[in-house]
Amino acid sequence: MSITKAAPPGAGPRDTEAPPDEAEGEEQGWQFSSPLVLTMLLILMVALQGPIRGAVSAPVMQSWMTVFVAVVVQALPFLVLGVLLSALLAVFVPPSFFVRALPGRPALAVPVAGMAGAILPGCECASVPVAGALVRRGVAPAAALAFLLSAPAINPIVLTATAIAFPGEPEMVVARFVASLLAACAMGWLWQRLGRTDWLRPPAHPSDEGLGKGAAFWSSVRHDVMHAGGFLVVGAMAAATLKAVVPASWLSLAADNPVVSVLALAVLAVLLSICSEADAFVAASLTQFSLTARLAFLVVGPMIDLKLFAMQTATFGRSFALRFAPATFVMAVASSVLVGAVLL
Amino acid sequence: MNRQAQTVVLFLVGGAMVHAGTTDLYLRYVKAGLQPMVVGAGVVLMVAALATVWYERKRSNTVPDKEVHVHDDEAHVHREPRVSWLLVLPLFALILVAPPALGSYSALRTGTALQAPLAYPPLPSGDPVRLSLVDYAGRAAYDHGRSLGDRRIAITGFVALDAKGTPYLVRMALNCCAADAQPVKVGLTGEIPPVLQPDTWLELTGTYTDQRIKDPVNKGIIPFFDITEARPAATPRDPYDESWNS
Repeated sequence: MSITKAAPPGAGPRDTEAPPDEAEGEEQGWQFSSPLVLTMLLILMVALQGPIRGAVSAPVMQSWMTVFVAVVVQALPFLVLGVLLSALLAVFVPPSFFVRALPGRPALAVPVAGMAGAILPGCECASVPVAGALVRRGVAPAAALAFLLSAPAINPIVLTATAIAFPGEPEMVVARFVASLLAACAMGWLWQRLGRTDWLRPPAHPSDEGLGKGAAFWSSVRHDVMHAGGFLVVGAMAAATLKAVVPASWLSLAADNPVVSVLALAVLAVLLSICSEADAFVAASLTQFSLTARLAFLVVGPMIDLKLFAMQTATFGRSFALRFAPATFVMAVASSVLVGAVLL
Repeated sequence: MNRQAQTVVLFLVGGAMVHAGTTDLYLRYVKAGLQPMVVGAGVVLMVAALATVWYERKRSNTVPDKEVHVHDDEAHVHREPRVSWLLVLPLFALILVAPPALGSYSALRTGTALQAPLAYPPLPSGDPVRLSLVDYAGRAAYDHGRSLGDRRIAITGFVALDAKGTPYLVRMALNCCAADAQPVKVGLTGEIPPVLQPDTWLELTGTYTDQRIKDPVNKGIIPFFDITEARPAATPRDPYDESWNS
């Protein structure tokens, strides 16, 4: 159960109810502590490893597990990179730096922050914790969100991969850059007009007060990895289920109608949750689809997918993610159709 | 999950990443180029766990009177979602099960990902000449075998049998991680071995044939290979073809 769901609207993140079981545990003499549970779980799993291996030996289960482990092993390094950057921002960069670095008017700060996304080399798993740290450091949420959406799509590594995957079609790289930046800025401006601060309720972050800089840094790293990592696992399970269970032949049914094909690939990007450094190669192999539909795949994927939705819930709270994700999806599709019509 | 349990999980996940990155285990899941990232992330996680222990000890040694404050803090840390427990799943999957690289099951569900090669350089010398399966398929499908001629060719891959029993030799091509792995398939004809077990690795020697079919999944071209000799091969160190990454 998530805490943010139960919290009354408008309440601060820190003053909501304490979890009943933990509070009662303090009162009673016998505590069902998590280290104890963990130890029992570890012993149980090691003892049962034979039956477990037998249970997962069917091809569909093996394929599921391989994709599941692959998504986690691939995303975790980028998550750790993002978490380290976010801890550095939180502990060593004073809030006044961002006030000076970004234009004072949020309407101008949005495109500046969107362009700044180009310097974060990595995939989308890195940008979520960094954007969370920016918000906590007092950066206008509209600007931080533009950064969150643009960083995974327009950085040099991803654009280079796109150029390699689409040899002879350099307009695809330009279209991806323009459409992603456009959608990111549009979402920033939309948030600035319509967004409400009480939607944005980051779950409690460990208080750094009274800690040295080193302790605060590692405490932030630990907290963010445990938190976002758990949600990453949820996303990886969803992506593995799709890859292992849903047949790819369904896709070819959607390729003939231009409207359906754009929507189909946009939804596919959300479900597959592929790293933004690799999605261009998958898009290139979807040869039965139009270039505009494949552009939608490339623009939607880095901005919103199952894994990202889970991680955004972890970083910004559920009421934010439930509103932000559908709006991002619509904006990204609209932006790719627009740019696709002009450039492709 | 409280701070002690978090520390243990962090340390174990970090250790599992280092283990996977320093053995060839990581090659079953991600591209070879990610090795430094995998090992680095594992080390950072282990250091984070050790640092937590270190600062916790330091704090309890130097400021015992802060105990109350720490408990107050912990109450908030406790409210972290129980979703953190899920991190033990990849840990168990990686350490206890270590699932194999994607094989024939995934290959048959996905359309062949063969792309037209940029150029057809002359074949290297040797008889038989060793080509990667992807290289052979590209030359056979898009160059109609012109650069292959009637040379004897050796290719390696694993066996997949579709519902009708048609045998294929397959290599999964990978760009980043197994979630984006896609098969390149070559149909088999000629001296097909009498017993074919899916997912076994074979080294086949033979020649180009102009037979070809369309992949039922995505209408991609599947070229064929005329076998003259087949023998079992060891699973390669990197089970995926990564030639598109370079």
